[in-house]
Amino acid sequence: MMSASLLLAELSYWQQTSIRVGAGLAAVLLVAGTLVYLHLFKLVSFMQSRLGPMEAGPFGSLQLLAEVGKFLQKEDIFPRKADRFVFAAAPFVVLMSTFLLVVVVPGGPDAWFVDSELGIYLAMAVSSVSVIGILMAGWGSASKYSLLGGLRATGQLIAYELPLILAVLGVVIQAETMNMQGIVMAQAEGEIFGFGGIGNPYLLTQFVAFGVFLIAMQAELTQTPFDMPIAESELVTGYMTEYSGMRFLLFFIGEFATAGVFSAIAAVLFLGGWYIPGIDPADNLMNILGPLVMVGKIVVLTFLIFWFRFTFPRFREDQLQRLAWKFLIPIALTNIVVTGILKVAF
Amino acid sequence: MSSLLAAVSADADLMVAQNVFFALISLVMVIAAVRVVTTGNVVHAALWLVVVLAGVAVQFLFLGAEFVAVTQVLVYIGAVIVLFLFGVMLTKASMGDDESVVNERRGMAGMVGLLLFAVMAIALFDSFGDKRVVIDEPQSVNTVSDSIFSQYIVPFEAVSVLLLAALIGAIVLARKD
Repeated sequence: MMSASLLLAELSYWQQTSIRVGAGLAAVLLVAGTLVYLHLFKLVSFMQSRLGPMEAGPFGSLQLLAEVGKFLQKEDIFPRKADRFVFAAAPFVVLMSTFLLVVVVPGGPDAWFVDSELGIYLAMAVSSVSVIGILMAGWGSASKYSLLGGLRATGQLIAYELPLILAVLGVVIQAETMNMQGIVMAQAEGEIFGFGGIGNPYLLTQFVAFGVFLIAMQAELTQTPFDMPIAESELVTGYMTEYSGMRFLLFFIGEFATAGVFSAIAAVLFLGGWYIPGIDPADNLMNILGPLVMVGKIVVLTFLIFWFRFTFPRFREDQLQRLAWKFLIPIALTNIVVTGILKVAF
Repeated sequence: MSSLLAAVSADADLMVAQNVFFALISLVMVIAAVRVVTTGNVVHAALWLVVVLAGVAVQFLFLGAEFVAVTQVLVYIGAVIVLFLFGVMLTKASMGDDESVVNERRGMAGMVGLLLFAVMAIALFDSFGDKRVVIDEPQSVNTVSDSIFSQYIVPFEAVSVLLLAALIGAIVLARKD
């Protein structure tokens, strides 16, 4: 994804692949680390009138390494009645889903992991695999809090996957492609009433879908106000209750990495992706600037996620289900119909 | 296995990697499928089924049918298995490694399995025989949608109505009044 891909034309397949794997790891782990420091440590501290971590490194910027060290030292505890293999494998299933999700996100004209025709459809498919990991964690722990958390998570993720996919459909209809690069290019080449200076980010035409996508994304990430699965006052930490040490760390990384990857997908779908107005999208320069633009958009969108997270109280379980099935899905379906009619009419 | 290799080596364009991986994935799928029916734990059976279904998705990829492979993951792993696990945990959440499931109707299930295998094998041999299926390039989404909405529009609509009927039936069954 990064600047190394400038040379891809001269590299053999396995060299390209190893670069892509390395870049994918960086895209998941670096972004997750940045989000934890920027939002979880500093943004929240600012909102709560405190400084946050200040001791490790300048402005506490190395706090994250200290935290990782702490988690790695902890004992890897298995509950006595736990199903050991299922319990141990669950965090890896969740994290695998995140790593598979990042491969569809493009960072520039040549800076992509997989340029699949299926693009966003592939992303929706692999993101649904994480539910299996959460159910495995909830059931494998052999603890009632974990099981309740796992069940709540599953009910929620099933309910909010639908509005998420339906919101994406509006964009797909307008862009006439599911390919992520195609969606970026469709926005870059679009025009706003004949004015093509800044392209046509789908935020302007698909604002309904953007709203639905953001709300559904918040729920898919089980962030407050949709955090019933890990509601600490009711369920300790839900499906993560029995985890400690490295496996808890994996869940923790997965949570923030998925927030980053979903924001990246939202940035591609609605905010124009890596395109910068005024620079030719085929320019080699975009392979370096594009990823930076994407990181900027990820930070802005995750800021929204964490802003909501730290300002809203938790929903009740029935309110959560009602919001998805009775409001978001009908709104998203209406958006699809209207988009389809307008697409045919114009 | 040896006949497979012989068939390949007789061919001009060797697809060694493809055949090796076909064999490997098939082996994993067969083992997982046997475990689905032999394990005594319902949740383990569902998780083994995930392995089988993921294997099916990979086999679709070998045939160049990307769209079908991704749909396989989205529908079967992402929805069917999840609903299955959800149902098991809501109703009979025996936690831990409990191996108490008894398969009383083994004989009947075996018969149904054999019958299904026979029907599908005959259907496959009948329609393909020893024809070679040539896959030049991956199947595009446009091809899939074009054939669904023109050539196969009637079966497609029939399946849609069937699903709608099932949906309404579920609501009727679930309603108390």
